[in-house]
Amino acid sequence: MKKLSILLISLFTTTVLMAQVKISGQVKDAKGKPVIGASITLKDSYDGATSDSTGAFKFKTTEKGTFILIASAVSYKTVEQNIDLSKDVVANFSMKEEFDELRAVTVTAGSFSAGDSKRGTVLSSLDVLTTAGANADITAALKTLPGAQQVGEQEGLFVRGGAGYETKQFIDGTLVANPYFSGAPQIATRGRFSPTIFKGTTFSTGGYSALYGQALSSVVLLESIDLPERSEVNVGISPLMGSLATQQLAKDKKSSWGMSYSYANLDLYFKMVPQTPDYFKVPSFHNADANFRIKTKHGGFIKYYGTFAYNQLGLRRQDIDSTTMKDAFGLNSHNFYNNLTWRENLGSGWRMRLGVSYSTNLDDISLQFQNQNNQQIFVPTVPYSYKNAAYKNRLDVTQGRAEFEKRFNSISTIRFGSEYWYNYNKQTVNNKDSLLTDNYNALFGEANIYLTNDLGLTAGGRVEYSSIIKKFNFAPRAALAYRVGKGAQVSLAYGQFYQKPENNLLFPNPNLGYTKATHYIANYMKTTEGRLFRVEAYYKTYEDLVKTYPAPFSDNSGSGYARGAELYFRDKKSIKNFDYWVSYSYLDTKRDYLNFPEKMTPNFAATHTASVVLKRFVMDWKTGFGATYSFATGRPYYNIMQNGGKYQVTDQGKTKDFNNLGLTAYYVPTAGNTKAKTFWVVVASVTNILGTFGQEQVYGYNYSYNGLNKVAVTPPAKNFYFVGVFLSWGVDRTDDIVNNNL
Amino acid sequence: MKPFILSILLSVVAVTGFAQSDKFTAAMQKNLALLDSAKTTQDLTAVSNAFERVGDAEKTQWLPYYYAALAQTSIGWMSPNTEKDQVAEKANALIAKAEAIEKNAEIYTLKNMSATIQMMVDPMSRWQTYGAQAGTALQQAMKLDPNNPRPYYLQGMSIFNTPEQFGGGKAKAKAIFEKAVALYKTETPKPLYPHWGQKEAEGMLAKCN
Repeated sequence: MKKLSILLISLFTTTVLMAQVKISGQVKDAKGKPVIGASITLKDSYDGATSDSTGAFKFKTTEKGTFILIASAVSYKTVEQNIDLSKDVVANFSMKEEFDELRAVTVTAGSFSAGDSKRGTVLSSLDVLTTAGANADITAALKTLPGAQQVGEQEGLFVRGGAGYETKQFIDGTLVANPYFSGAPQIATRGRFSPTIFKGTTFSTGGYSALYGQALSSVVLLESIDLPERSEVNVGISPLMGSLATQQLAKDKKSSWGMSYSYANLDLYFKMVPQTPDYFKVPSFHNADANFRIKTKHGGFIKYYGTFAYNQLGLRRQDIDSTTMKDAFGLNSHNFYNNLTWRENLGSGWRMRLGVSYSTNLDDISLQFQNQNNQQIFVPTVPYSYKNAAYKNRLDVTQGRAEFEKRFNSISTIRFGSEYWYNYNKQTVNNKDSLLTDNYNALFGEANIYLTNDLGLTAGGRVEYSSIIKKFNFAPRAALAYRVGKGAQVSLAYGQFYQKPENNLLFPNPNLGYTKATHYIANYMKTTEGRLFRVEAYYKTYEDLVKTYPAPFSDNSGSGYARGAELYFRDKKSIKNFDYWVSYSYLDTKRDYLNFPEKMTPNFAATHTASVVLKRFVMDWKTGFGATYSFATGRPYYNIMQNGGKYQVTDQGKTKDFNNLGLTAYYVPTAGNTKAKTFWVVVASVTNILGTFGQEQVYGYNYSYNGLNKVAVTPPAKNFYFVGVFLSWGVDRTDDIVNNNL
Repeated sequence: MKPFILSILLSVVAVTGFAQSDKFTAAMQKNLALLDSAKTTQDLTAVSNAFERVGDAEKTQWLPYYYAALAQTSIGWMSPNTEKDQVAEKANALIAKAEAIEKNAEIYTLKNMSATIQMMVDPMSRWQTYGAQAGTALQQAMKLDPNNPRPYYLQGMSIFNTPEQFGGGKAKAKAIFEKAVALYKTETPKPLYPHWGQKEAEGMLAKCN
């Protein structure tokens, strides 16, 4: 009975004594500012509150005893304290910010990232496809960003006073030795890789990470897609080319494979659009690629990508040193590129990225000096004796790379690794072989430390050794990013960069050393919804550039500088369905290198360069329109001739200003029709439309051997046209284009 | 004497047991009323937190987390683009907690909304990832419960807001809203279970005529 009464009494007393206790307090962050919307919870009870705009909270509870009071809020670390509920409680909390990838600043100095990454995106991968005048060429689209020159007579990205070979391209971390198709002198070629195989592109115009090296000016980092969305078959038809491709995604969505083949032949096109050079062999291209991708157990990926290409062309031009003779140029080129990578999560914050790559490129070139009947003529005197030649260049590059990453504090990282490149270059000039091999090793490390979400520091370096240079170098890199306001940040970057001289300089003189550049960059970027504003200033010095002297002498006594300011503005918001960006670059650069008699502005550098890119999709017509206008002030040109033991400038000037307007339209008749079995897009574009209106582009001048005849370097035709139909069965790719313009 | 004590004890257990579920029901009802009347993001944050507390205390109930996440999606629609990702991540954390307890159509409906919110930040470049996620979530929801009207209501909204040229428009949306409204009419939600969307679906259907 006693037990029962105790039980009953206790039962009643708990009901009777349901007295309430008041809990109140304040939630502040480390700086003493109120934390709004923090959730205050009495652990294992329903009771709690949410902090108001002053960080204050209060609530009542009927619980008794000691409890844990928890304060939690998005982007703050959760804090707890023990409280005793015997009387009213005042509990104050001080919350520390949580390191958060979404909120943390990133270094944007010198770097443009593209793709669907969450922040700092300047250009999406699809922008490459829809930029007028770019014709789906990655390099051409990157040329609309500040920092790049409008050089049309050579392929490559000429960045901030640097030559084209000072920019290197990497796919999934490994170097691409021949990123462009081989072609004829003074006619730029396209890049080998389609933009659709990449999910992200970073174009660094300076101050890039210690993870990469051997590029004095700039790197383009291409990251391949993991798995395609769905299985599909694609067909492309155009008077210029035909293509067939498939992607097959496994049912469990854990692996995929794909292959494609395309053939381009400009025969029909050249009949319709006359070209200045006389093509005796019309350019044709066979291009095939294959890939597989496997998702591993822990979310890693094993990916293979390989391409094989064969292209040929032959053209004749008026000889510059004579009145009636011609120079014929013939090319056969084979390229085979392979890339195998494995990225894996190793657990406890460790990640690994391994890669191997092998590429081989063979260019077989013949030069002929021909008469009016196109018959080869041999003249034993200079300069005519050089005009008949057979030239073969084989370049094999084998690479291995290992990179490890350890993540701590949720966003800070340390990365380190090593890479090895074996370079085999065999040149055969008129049946005479010469060989250049190089073993290049690099060790690199980089720490990305976040002190708060608003302040990030990067410090790193790489040690490199090249067997042909026979020297070590150490290249330090550092960067800082600081948030100065909502959506606004300042970043700074510094770095030293080394690059081996080009092989054509190492063949005659294998005793050359590294060339070197030092970059200092300051950047301000402001992003608001639908708009991005970016301004950047830089200063660059060049040391140990290769200088050549009459007779086969060369050394590393060259030097130079580049400085400038750049502006970028993109706006998708102000006008509905209308997207545009504007870039402007100012460049002041001089260098003393190769056969320059003194410090001069190189012929690939224009003082002012600007681009305006416009895009609009008209829904009623299911048609997208784009226009790209690029402008550059005239570039210098020189005739440098040998005078005794020295080089000297005998003639110089500036080309006229460069203007280029490209237009594109694409019609998407099946847009949004999810039930259609065949999806198709019709694309029509014209590049350099101003050429028709007397605005012919002049890239520079060629001089005859005696310096008396001067001929303008111009594009092979006034304009370039493209018309094509792209069909797809499977996934609706038209969605890409439509949504890109909504 | 013993059977008497036992019966008392049993009744005490029953009372406390009843009290427990009664307490849960009361708290849920109170919070649901708050959710219905919430107008500002502050109100919604407060009610989302309140639901999360109930969920954390109960540990085996998915509904509190469901409603906490639903409140977050309401915040997400209202937030400026710069904050949408953060809100969606909070919603996703709550969805994950709910899903760990039970996998059902209502939770996949939330997943659809959260992915749609993230897509809206930058539809151009996010369509492929978040647009696909949103679509898959809706399909999963319909598969898990073909009679649930809410996935159809959301599908109707998506089609309604897509221009006709791209396979959207009123005519196509109408058929979906009709199906949603029909399903709403036959729906008999259990107490505390989600039942939102009927009025909205009827309103949308009226707009399609």
